[in-house]
Formats: sequence, structure tokens, C-alpha cells
Amino acid sequence: MSEPASSIKARWRALGTSRALIPYLTAGFPDFTRSLEAIRAVAAAGADFVEVGVPFSDPLADGPTIQRTTQAALEQGMTVPRVLELVRKADSPIPIIIMTYLNPVLSFGMPRFVEAARAAGAAGVLLTDLPAGADPAVEQTVRDSALDLIRLVAPTTDDRRLETAVSGATGFVYLISRLGVTGARDTVPADLDAQVRRIRAVTRLPVAVGFGISTPAQAAAAARAADGVVVGSALLDALAQDGVAGLERLTRDLAAAVHG
Amino acid sequence: MPTCSRADVNLKDVMTNLATGRFGPYGGRYVPETLMHALEELAGVYDTARNDSRFWAELEALLKNYVGRPTPITAVPRLSAQVGASVILKREDLNHTGAHKINNTLGQVLLAQRMHKRRIIAESGAGQHGVATATVCARFGLECVVYMGEEDMRRQRLNVYRMELMGATVVPVTSGTRTLKDATNEALRDWVTNVTTTHYIIGSVVGPDPFPRLVRDFQSVIGREARAQMLEQIGRLPSTVVACVGGGSNAMGIFSAFLEDKAVRLVGVEAAGEGMKTQRHAATLAAGRPGVFHGSLSYLLQDGDGQVQPAHSVSAGLDYPGVGPEHAYLKDTGRVLYEAVTDREALDAFAALSRLEGILPALESAHAIAWVMRAKRASDELILINLSGRGDKDVAMVAELTGATL
Repeated sequence: MSEPASSIKARWRALGTSRALIPYLTAGFPDFTRSLEAIRAVAAAGADFVEVGVPFSDPLADGPTIQRTTQAALEQGMTVPRVLELVRKADSPIPIIIMTYLNPVLSFGMPRFVEAARAAGAAGVLLTDLPAGADPAVEQTVRDSALDLIRLVAPTTDDRRLETAVSGATGFVYLISRLGVTGARDTVPADLDAQVRRIRAVTRLPVAVGFGISTPAQAAAAARAADGVVVGSALLDALAQDGVAGLERLTRDLAAAVHG
Repeated sequence: MPTCSRADVNLKDVMTNLATGRFGPYGGRYVPETLMHALEELAGVYDTARNDSRFWAELEALLKNYVGRPTPITAVPRLSAQVGASVILKREDLNHTGAHKINNTLGQVLLAQRMHKRRIIAESGAGQHGVATATVCARFGLECVVYMGEEDMRRQRLNVYRMELMGATVVPVTSGTRTLKDATNEALRDWVTNVTTTHYIIGSVVGPDPFPRLVRDFQSVIGREARAQMLEQIGRLPSTVVACVGGGSNAMGIFSAFLEDKAVRLVGVEAAGEGMKTQRHAATLAAGRPGVFHGSLSYLLQDGDGQVQPAHSVSAGLDYPGVGPEHAYLKDTGRVLYEAVTDREALDAFAALSRLEGILPALESAHAIAWVMRAKRASDELILINLSGRGDKDVAMVAELTGATL
């Protein structure tokens, strides 16, 4: 509970012209205790925000790594209340954004969720399968809460839709850098600059870019175009293979690359 | 014989709020942002096509000359004697490829052409939708990739080979329960990746808008034909129309023509699997509660934490934890009665229709027959059952389950 309302905005302001590293971690992977250590480790290793993913049985926007971590977390008995407990116990010095598919939080109760997430110390929420305009009631519930609503923009979001896609967004805009599911790729898209510029034309919010960024070199390239860089699968692979120490090492290297 | 006409299709939109793609509260577009453009494009292309008489003329000609429509209705006297009422079957099993699925895949492949998309993907459970998709892709010279759960590929080997014969690539899905739900996840992942070149032919009245309404519209030919055939050949409307419900496309196809006939009772039959007291069933409307899954809000088999629960049915085509959003609406409004029958009852009905009438039903359709056979009926009842597919694909499975050796 170290951050006040709109802590995301405050954090960007504190960053000034520096770029932000935003790790994504699946809540409860590889288990509750190490998941807690993982959140603290990325914060200690130089991350500026952290996305904590609520595991869902049918993660249709995710590639193999996050499918595996999600499955493992569910087998460990991860639930929405346990995710909130994790966020609360993390007592994170950097803002936490809860990333989730809609159904687990809908089942928990949307008004109850935004209240409990805020009480647990979360700063924002990102709903993977709730594009702007899809469900005004759910969007209003988030907007009426103290949580920032992080919106996604995709390469397929055309100019006509772009304004809708960012309407009501707060905190930052998350640019999906390429078509496809989450997971490591070989290169950063060549048109990233143009994609970011397109978003800057319709919003003053910072732009973070994600999907497929895994190495420090890619992160550095992405940071030249955008305000923030999200890395998920690569960090989860490091956590799976080399434990929290491995996660911390890669986070440090990524942070150095992003912060320049 | 009635045929597809603009007027017929437009009439159905009384049920739908086109602006939001909702059926009451159900439906919607709950998808990753990446897919929104494709859904808007598809909805736009469909709205243009459905007001274009050339579109319906082309589809009608294909349904007549390629699929073999209209399919007949068949009186089944020996089954009727057993249940004590008149029973009529709508023979979707007689369509080319052996099930109703091709009504939809033909309609959607014409839409794909209008969008200049030359790569087609599909999910398949029983393999019937996969076969129907592979068929139309061969016919139109399009690349075809079908996602199918590893477990279903084992259960439906024959259909897998049929798809491959027609040039499709069948991709085994090894995640989750290795059935229809996971095949749909994998197809959606492919679509997110290849959305600019690829059309996803969803096989049922599920998924994000506009899929539930366009699949219903393409399947509504079943109901329009059946209603006219009943009036022409029997002289009255049925008192009851029965169809099996997995995702619910054959049921929406036949129900859609009778929704305004208030005296006609509509019954959707879900799969109770090993029994409603067990966790091993696929009766989403009977035992689920509303949730968001595969792009729409509808009833869903889920646990207390909103995690989707694996479904079970002896019939791969019904083995799905979701259901079309229009069915959710028709359940809530009470217009359709939803019931469930077990694997055992379906297998008994499969055997009964084979022995009594010389018709092997798909195990999916056998659920509808099983519900009709469940109780002694009033003699003045006139029951129309949608026989959505033929049972050849299930013969090996039935043999395995009943201990027969082939």
C-alpha cells in the first residue's frame, strides 16, 4: 500500500524522459511463495511497473510459455482471492497492474473486484478480452474505481477505431507490437516507430509496447520507440529454468537496456 | 420448396439487436483487440451480402446442386409406434458430407471470398465441421487448416482422414482437455496471428458477434424447409420440435423458423454424459451460469472461481462447456425447453433408430432421439426431430463402447 491513487501517473512523472521496464508475471507461478519473491525480485532489479497475470483456464491470447505457467498456477490452486492476497503481501514499491481475462473477475464480481484490487494495493487493471466498447457496464465499473484502466491497441486497430480504443484509457496505452499471441520472437517489428507515433497522435498517455520482446537488445530497440517495454514470456522462462535468481538477472539486464 | 430469400433472413433480426450483437444480455464481442478489425470487417461484409440477392442466389445454387438440398423429412413408423406418437425426422444426415455443418461452411466461404481471404481455419470436435470446411475449401481452391483435439482425433479417425483426402491440414491440439474447447482456443490463436490473410469459419452459433447470428442465418434453411414440408406433406405444424445442443447450430437452424409459432414446443437436448450428478457432462444450459468464453457472454460450465470446467460427452460434437448466446436468451425467456440425456440413453437411441428404421444417427443427433424415447407420448403429438448428421463416423466408437470387435 505504498502508492496512492493514480500511482501509475506519478511513476511516469518520476521517470521523466527515462523509459520504463514492465515485467509480466503469472500470479502463483511456480507457486505462491516464489511468485511473491518474483514480484519483489523484479522491483529490486530495476523494473518500473509490474503486471501480475490472473491465471485463466483458456488463455486464448497467450503463447506456449504463458499457457504453461497459467496451467501450473491453476494446479497450485491459484484463484482470484489468492491473486489479491499475493498483491497485498507483495507490498510492492512499484505499481502493480493486474492483467486478466474477463471471466475470473466477472465471476468474482466486477464491483467487488475493483474494490478488493485497490484495497490490496493494485494500481491498474488490464482486461485481455475486453476491447474498448465491448461492455460499457464493466468499463464504467473500472472507471468509477481508483484503478487505472490500461487499454490495448493492436496493429490491426485502424485509424477509425483508434480513438475508441484509447477512449477512457488511463495510466498508459499498451501497444501489441505484432499480430499473434504472447511469446518470444526473433526481432522487433520494423514499423514500431510508426505504430507508436500513430497512438501518440490520439493520446497524451505514455505508450508501452509488448508481445514478443525477450532479449535486452530487443528491449533497447523497443525503448527507442516507446515509453515502456513489457517483457513476459522470456522472464517466465528464466524463472522456470533458473529460479528467482535467474529472473532477477534477466530483469537487471533488461532494465539496463531499457533505461539506457 | 422455400428457398433462401432476403425477406426470410431479415425477419429473423427481430430477435437480434444488430447494433450490439446481443441476444438480451448475451453475446457481444469479448476478444483481444487484435481481432476487432476482423469482426467489424466480417459484420460489414455480411450486412452487405445479406442484402445482395446475388449472394443468396449463389448460395442457393450450391446448396441445391452441390449439397443436395432440400433434404427430405421422413416419417418413422416403427419408432413412432414405440413412442406412441407420430415422429418425423428432418434428414440433415442426407446432406453432402453427412451433416448440417456444410450449410454454414458454404455461406462463410462465400463471405471469405468477398473479403479476398484465401486461407481458412476451423475448429472441429466430432470432425463434421472440419470435414464440411475441408470440403468447401477444396471446392473453392482455398488453403485449409483444421484444429482438432488429440483426443477427438482418436475418437474420429475416419473424419481426420477424410479431411486430409480433401487437402486440409489437421493440426492436433494437445493443450487442456484435448477436445473441442481447446481446438477452439488454438484456432483463435491462429486467427490472432494470421488475421489479415485468414478467415475463421466457426462451426457453431458461438463465438463473438457476428458469428452467432450469421451461423444461425446460414443454418436457418433447415427450419424454413422443414416448416414448409410439414405443412405441405403432413398438413400441420409439429407440436414439438427437438434438436440436440452442443454449441447449438443445428438447433438454432431448425428452431429459428418456429420461434413465432407459439403453439409449437421447442426442445433442445444437451449431453448429460455420465449423469447430471457427476461432473462428467456437457449440459451447459442445465448446470452452467453466465460467463465470458470464446468471445461471447453465455451460459458456461465453470467453477466457483470462473475457471472453465471440462465437459464430457460420448459425442465429441456435444463435448463443449459453452453454448451459443441465443440459446442462453431462449432459455431465459422460456421459449425453448432445454433438457439433457446421458451417454447411455444416446447409445440406446443410436441402436434403436438403426434397428427400427435403418438409419444410423450421429451420436449427437441420437441425444434428440433419446429424449423423445424417454417417455410415453400422447397419441396426438406430432414430433419433428432434427437428425443433424449420420452416424457412420461413430460406428467404430460405438463398437468400442459396446465391446464389439470390428
